[in-house]
Amino acid sequence: MDYSLTSEQELLRKTVREFAQGEIKPKALELDRKEEFSYELTKKMGQMGFLGAVCDPKYGGQGLDYLSYIIIVEELARVDASQAATVAAHNSLGVGPIYHFGSEEQKKKYLPDLCSGKKLWSFGLTEPEAGSDAGNSKTTATLKDDHWIINGSKIFITNGASKMTGGCTVQAITGKGQDGHKEISCILVEQNTSGFTAKEMHNKLVWRASNTAELYFDNVKTPAGNLLGKKGDGFRQMLATLDSGRLGIAAMGLGGAQGAFEATLKYAKERKAFGKPIASFQANAFKLADCATEIEAARNLLYKACWMKDQKKEFKTLAAQAKLYCSEVMYRVVNHAVQIHGGYGLMEEFPVAKFYRDQKLLEIGEGTSEVQRIVISRALGCYSE
Amino acid sequence: MKIAVLLKQTPDTETKIKIKSDASGVDETDIKWIINTYDEYAVEEALRLKEAVGTGEVVIVTAGIKRAVESMRQALAMGADRGILIDTEGLTLDSYTAAVILAKVLPNEKFDIVLAGKQAVDDDCVQVAHGVATLLDWPCVWPIEHIELSGDKKSVMVVRPVSGGTKEVFEVGLPTILCCDKGEHDPRYASLPGIMKAKTKPIQELKAADLLAGETPKVKWVNFSLPPDRQAGKILKGEPEQVCAELVKLLREEAKVI
Ligand SMILES: Cc1cc2nc3c(=O)[nH]c(=O)nc-3n(C[C@H](O)[C@H](O)[C@H](O)COP(=O)(O)OP(=O)(O)OC[C@H]3O[C@@H](n4cnc5c(N)ncnc54)[C@H](O)[C@@H]3O)c2cc1C
Repeated sequence: MDYSLTSEQELLRKTVREFAQGEIKPKALELDRKEEFSYELTKKMGQMGFLGAVCDPKYGGQGLDYLSYIIIVEELARVDASQAATVAAHNSLGVGPIYHFGSEEQKKKYLPDLCSGKKLWSFGLTEPEAGSDAGNSKTTATLKDDHWIINGSKIFITNGASKMTGGCTVQAITGKGQDGHKEISCILVEQNTSGFTAKEMHNKLVWRASNTAELYFDNVKTPAGNLLGKKGDGFRQMLATLDSGRLGIAAMGLGGAQGAFEATLKYAKERKAFGKPIASFQANAFKLADCATEIEAARNLLYKACWMKDQKKEFKTLAAQAKLYCSEVMYRVVNHAVQIHGGYGLMEEFPVAKFYRDQKLLEIGEGTSEVQRIVISRALGCYSE
Repeated sequence: MKIAVLLKQTPDTETKIKIKSDASGVDETDIKWIINTYDEYAVEEALRLKEAVGTGEVVIVTAGIKRAVESMRQALAMGADRGILIDTEGLTLDSYTAAVILAKVLPNEKFDIVLAGKQAVDDDCVQVAHGVATLLDWPCVWPIEHIELSGDKKSVMVVRPVSGGTKEVFEVGLPTILCCDKGEHDPRYASLPGIMKAKTKPIQELKAADLLAGETPKVKWVNFSLPPDRQAGKILKGEPEQVCAELVKLLREEAKVI
């Protein structure tokens, strides 16, 4: 067993860390306060190669292994969840489905601009009345004379309404299967298509500098050729996309926990009460010991899941476990982090306040913690007769 | 345009330096190693010079042990083309012997410009680049904050800050050795494509022992110690006139600064 990263992965981590500290950190708090998506930072992250990390270089990607990509997300999240979210959602949910299920023609048409960071792409699954219960979605697409006619709406779609968004992979009902179930397909819809409206959502508690959108489809006409893969494959494509996407959310939990922990350890050694550094009170020291231990465990679980994926082994259950565990580790870490900061932990000038807020999304997005437990317990055979 | 960058791996300036228990040197166990801060500026300037000309090669030349390859790769990931590692395993070099081995390697490559940092942040000796220039009989300017290649590419114009904000401008014929200060350009980040490409870029290895030709260090390290801990400050209390008189007395007699 070898736990060491390759020298490229070490250099990658160092580079992303320096980039995050140098470019993102000075702006993160202000962008968060103003709820502003940063085109400048997104462009820079594109130039760094973060936006097409695992995609084949022949489509403009970097051809990284999955673990390397996860290290990028982890290091960004160590500094700012919003920028990490832009990158993770674009790679996992934007580029991923087109790269894995798209036709050669679709890949050639869309991927180069998406990998270079010229454009972003979103993934529209969640609807106002269908989140965890994705099968209950209502958006429809009907084929009429070589075109899909799409009607319905989506909500909470990351990267869905920025000025650089090129389009969205939309999940829609395209008929009824032989078993009577809804037939679901994914269709690529370009942003400027008539009848398609994307509206930024505001007043979020989390990821305030990430672009989140509501999408409306009013008789949107899209060429029949924009179907992703085969008709009726949408549900399977969505599940596969989320399996990989969960690793990205897990990386955000790990990176966020690491960032909050480092800030807290430093603070606890500097802050004095009763004439001593507060780190020397065992009540605080034990909290810090627990945080360090759980972060280590989280990292090992997540990296193993990535390793399994890179080895082309079955990683679905491990991905759900990593997503569940890393986001809950961050929950416990930020809770301790704010507690150890005392009153200052509740002030936005201290980074732990933002980590505390940003954490909550990780237990909800890309499958809630409950949904992860369903996936894991199902794999354990708990529900089979 | 063929440019060399003399690159040294040094401890991160934020690393807390510890001395070995027998005071024979620095304890390296917990040290984070980085590209010497000023050498990183030299890499950036080298890449910019190459980009301005449009063709050429940037070669990273490092005297150090195998560990230094990691820093060389970082420079390759920033965009340098190849590396030459002069392996110093088992040897203790001083500024003189370091200059000797570098001066053996550089002429074979026929470099137009050799860039270095203005000093290494570990030993702060500020001698190696000057030593190389002396041994090769090349012009050397230290420190510089701006470089511009002349139209005929036969010389460079360099700006050297002098104390008091004055700047000296030199025109220097090639080949030359230039020592970079923190200049006007921040070193670039290695990009992902850069990191991916770096692993396939060649690093040639030479043995320092083969290049020394009997030369030995002129410096012997006798003992290492850390600077003394800073003394606690003194607060003077009392009436303003009394305090002033006391302060002047202390500055003159104890601190000896006035
Ligand atoms: C900032 C942000 C970004 C997002 N980005 C995207 C995106 O890019 N694309 C996209 O498609 N979606 C996106 N989402 C949506 C996100 O994936 C959903 O919010 C999530 O899947 C939960 O769905 P829901 O909000 O409808 O909650 P619901 O499904 O209504 O769940 C409500 C609660 O009930 C629980 N629950 C539901 N069913 C069960 C069950 N069977 N057993 C036990 N408990 C259950 C849930 O765990 C949860 O606690 C984003 C959301 C946010 C907030």
